Amino acid sequence: MGARHDDHHHAPDGHGRALRLGVGGPVGSGKTALVAALCRTLGPDLSLGVVTNDIYTTEDADFLRRAGVLDPERILAVETGCCPHTAIRDDIAANLDAVETLEDRFGPLDLVIVESGGDNLTATFSRGLADRQIFVLDVSGGDKVPRKGGPGVTTADLLVINKTDLAPMVGADLGVMDRDAAAVRGERPVLFTSIREQPSAGAVASWVSDQVTAWSHTHATPAS
Amino acid sequence: MLSPGLLLLADSRLPAGGHAHSGGAERVIAAGAVHDVPSLERFLRGRLHTAGVPAAALAAAARAAAVDESPGWELLDEEADARTASPAQRAASRTQGRLLLRVARRVWPAEALEELARRTPSPHHPVALGVAAYAAGATAGEAALAAAYHAVSGPATAAVRLLGLDPVAVHALLAALGPDLAAVAERAHPPGPHPPGSRPPGSWAELPACSAPALDLLAEQHARAEVRLFVS
Repeated sequence: MGARHDDHHHAPDGHGRALRLGVGGPVGSGKTALVAALCRTLGPDLSLGVVTNDIYTTEDADFLRRAGVLDPERILAVETGCCPHTAIRDDIAANLDAVETLEDRFGPLDLVIVESGGDNLTATFSRGLADRQIFVLDVSGGDKVPRKGGPGVTTADLLVINKTDLAPMVGADLGVMDRDAAAVRGERPVLFTSIREQPSAGAVASWVSDQVTAWSHTHATPAS
Repeated sequence: MLSPGLLLLADSRLPAGGHAHSGGAERVIAAGAVHDVPSLERFLRGRLHTAGVPAAALAAAARAAAVDESPGWELLDEEADARTASPAQRAASRTQGRLLLRVARRVWPAEALEELARRTPSPHHPVALGVAAYAAGATAGEAALAAAYHAVSGPATAAVRLLGLDPVAVHALLAALGPDLAAVAERAHPPGPHPPGSRPPGSWAELPACSAPALDLLAEQHARAEVRLFVS
């Protein structure tokens, strides 16, 4: 550990720093696969960092490092003491510390992705940690999930419904999911993906890219 | 009157990363030595009277010194290092100290916290707690009490999560530790002739240095464990 001498904290309003994107959702819905896809697709054009929140030690971080989609040193893992949602919502200190460590080491960054540990439908990111958030569901959890709602489904800036390739096998009706999601989400967007069939996750990456562009215009480093 | 700042500092909901640390509880539970409320009581009592004693003393010393313009935090940092044999425990203490300092600088802005951050960006937790107590308007005795409570409250919560213990039984256990908490805090900062806020007599080198080799070993085993839920 020891002393870090470059102790610069960013302004709470976010000027002069990267967009922070939270990726949350239930266990097994494809969060880590989506993060890997975003790194693969956006990595050539953007300076990225990733923070993972694992339930057990550093499994997701290790998966991403092995996937070779990003310099392994740009991936940090946070341990969450049995409570993945606490670390992204109620007590975000360890995640903020990891995000700022990445910005100190590799900054200026364009985008820092914070992947939550797999949790339930009530998990959302604090606005003190994530500027934008994606909630990831998969069709094999059943096509009733969007109707059940919950803060992740209803309030996330983007809802991703993954594993559409499995829909025929589990009897999930994508039309029902789309209609139910629109009913609880209003104007907020929903994207259907099959990261297995389309490893670039092009539509999601394009949405994220637009968010980064908009953020950089409104949160440029103030002239000093 | 009790300082309201103390209540915030001692609250486990303070968003300073403490929820992810078990203070050795996860590893001692994995080893089977703590498995129910009576065995948890023995663990917490031992932890309070070993690791808790220097933590409380360091917190009180930091609170008392925070009134100075240049307290020489590097020296107190070395005293804390010297009292923390396990590298894993040092890392856990510095991580929690850095996160607490981050929170305190926003919640109770004060030059004393900025000076601490300049001198030791990752201070040991009890030192950060002592200076945060100063900024929050709490006394040295209160800082010591908060440090002593921190030594047992985190492991107690971790045990509730890991073993599914009755949370009311565990809180009754924490309540029963009350006299011990008060005794540890009083030893760290004896009520005495010194006016509130001033340094107690004696130098930092004379602060208590109780050690708990079993806690050191647990911390090292935990840092090397393949599977873990808590940072420490």
